[in-house]
Amino acid sequence: MSDRVAIIGVGWSGFRPITPEFSYKELMYEAARRAYSDAGVDPRRDVESFITVAEDFHEGTSIFDEYTPDQLGAVLKPMHTIAGDGLHGLATAYMLVKTGQFSIVALEGHSKASNMLTHAGITAYAQDPVLNRPLRLNTHFVAGMEMNRYLYDTGTTPEQCAQVVVKNRRNALDNPSAPYGAELSLDEVLSGPHLSWPLGMRETAEHVDGAITLVIANEEKALALSNYPIWILGIGWSNDSPALENRDWSSANYIKDAARFAYRQAGIHHSYQAIDFAEVDDLYAYRELQSLEALGFFKPGEAGQVTEEGLTHRDGAFPVNVSGGSLGMGNLLDANGLARALEVVLQLRGTAGPRQLDEVSIGLAQSWRGVPTASGAVAILGN
Amino acid sequence: MSDKISNYPGTPLSEKEIRDGNVLSIHDQMPGDFSWDTGVAIGRYLAGLKEGVILGSHCTHCRRTVVPPRNVCEWCFRPMDSFIPLRDTGTVNTFSLCYVTWDVQRIKEPETPAVIEIDGASPLHGIMHKLGEVDPQQISIGMRVKAVWKPAAKREGAITDILYFKPIQE
Repeated sequence: MSDRVAIIGVGWSGFRPITPEFSYKELMYEAARRAYSDAGVDPRRDVESFITVAEDFHEGTSIFDEYTPDQLGAVLKPMHTIAGDGLHGLATAYMLVKTGQFSIVALEGHSKASNMLTHAGITAYAQDPVLNRPLRLNTHFVAGMEMNRYLYDTGTTPEQCAQVVVKNRRNALDNPSAPYGAELSLDEVLSGPHLSWPLGMRETAEHVDGAITLVIANEEKALALSNYPIWILGIGWSNDSPALENRDWSSANYIKDAARFAYRQAGIHHSYQAIDFAEVDDLYAYRELQSLEALGFFKPGEAGQVTEEGLTHRDGAFPVNVSGGSLGMGNLLDANGLARALEVVLQLRGTAGPRQLDEVSIGLAQSWRGVPTASGAVAILGN
Repeated sequence: MSDKISNYPGTPLSEKEIRDGNVLSIHDQMPGDFSWDTGVAIGRYLAGLKEGVILGSHCTHCRRTVVPPRNVCEWCFRPMDSFIPLRDTGTVNTFSLCYVTWDVQRIKEPETPAVIEIDGASPLHGIMHKLGEVDPQQISIGMRVKAVWKPAAKREGAITDILYFKPIQE
């Protein structure tokens, strides 16, 4: 049971605002084929268990897990779907390997957001049906309220939040898989229309289609198969009370808790000193700042300042969302955490191309399940 | 009621009482509209149906032809090699006589769902459809059937471009 667990293969398909040429199954197949090829495994022979992360309402098919085996090579093998973010799936894969029953596990997450014609109606169904939904509010209001209280409590400014958009969309220009790369000025971000004040539309990640597959293995297989296994040093997840009526609006306590969980496993006491770079949730720009503080990298109110000073830029002392984040790569629904983990793997392998960071050995990936949830996950990976 | 129980205890609640607002309730309806991309394989399949052709796909590695076509062979995980037009005749693999409708109404004349193994496809590969022009009591496993198509001008690239399968004598 002392065996380490590693990510030995990654594959992805996308990411693009629409993918009319492929069904979701074909998107999944493309990503899976690349991941298996990258890991040097045959799914029919080598992969012993399969996991997808998916939400029935996002797919438009109930009991969606029934529709996943064929295109992943999982027919007549153990396969299950969990309703959670990709990093919850990674935690599940990690535990499956840790049981000692499975040596190689595949994990898949995808988005076919372009096929959802009434996304607002579907997120409204995540609101409490008796207490909240009858108020008939677009679910983005939850982010607007959270941003407002976060700014109020920490002294963070709207300009500092907008700076996150400028940085991440600039970073996305060096990521060929990121469709939302752009050179924007601070004024261009701030002058956009409001979505739910103080939150602006240009501070909100747009949806994309895409699929991501990871191959996870125990230490023996990882060392035998891979020249650059990326070890899972710690992985944690946590949920706050879902009640909008009495949650902590400013400090994302569930991220703090998930981080403590992961840091404890990884033996990390000072996250800023131990970790070289991070890929964090930025579905809304303020979330990047809030998350960095919850992860213990900065004190409340500091993340905005250091972002303005350039510390989290690609050439800064602590790069954040070098991939472009969700603002640059797009909102992948349940696969957002996998997109964050994917970038950490590519950076730690040294295969991130023009956006490669120098001398990185430990990276952090963090995700949030989006409005109106209060649940998130944190993974710490090392090379 | 059953043989042993003629009267259940308690206060019965009718739909009318809910409709009239005598019972506190919240009614809500989800706006869940989807427009699924059919993709390469199913897209071609549906385009084939519009032309009155049933398409399968073939895996040379596993030496089998599947229908409906897909772009991956789920046995060997290789991409399928080709699309192949199949015949519109086949054999009933299994069927059922369904006495409840889609929206849960009792019916006297049953619906007749069946899986039809299509001629030209590998064994156990067929189309999920309905049978027609047949007395439900006369349907049997192994029965030979043929597709009855919508008129060409009315086909729209959907599984319903085939109306049903009817028995044939050979």
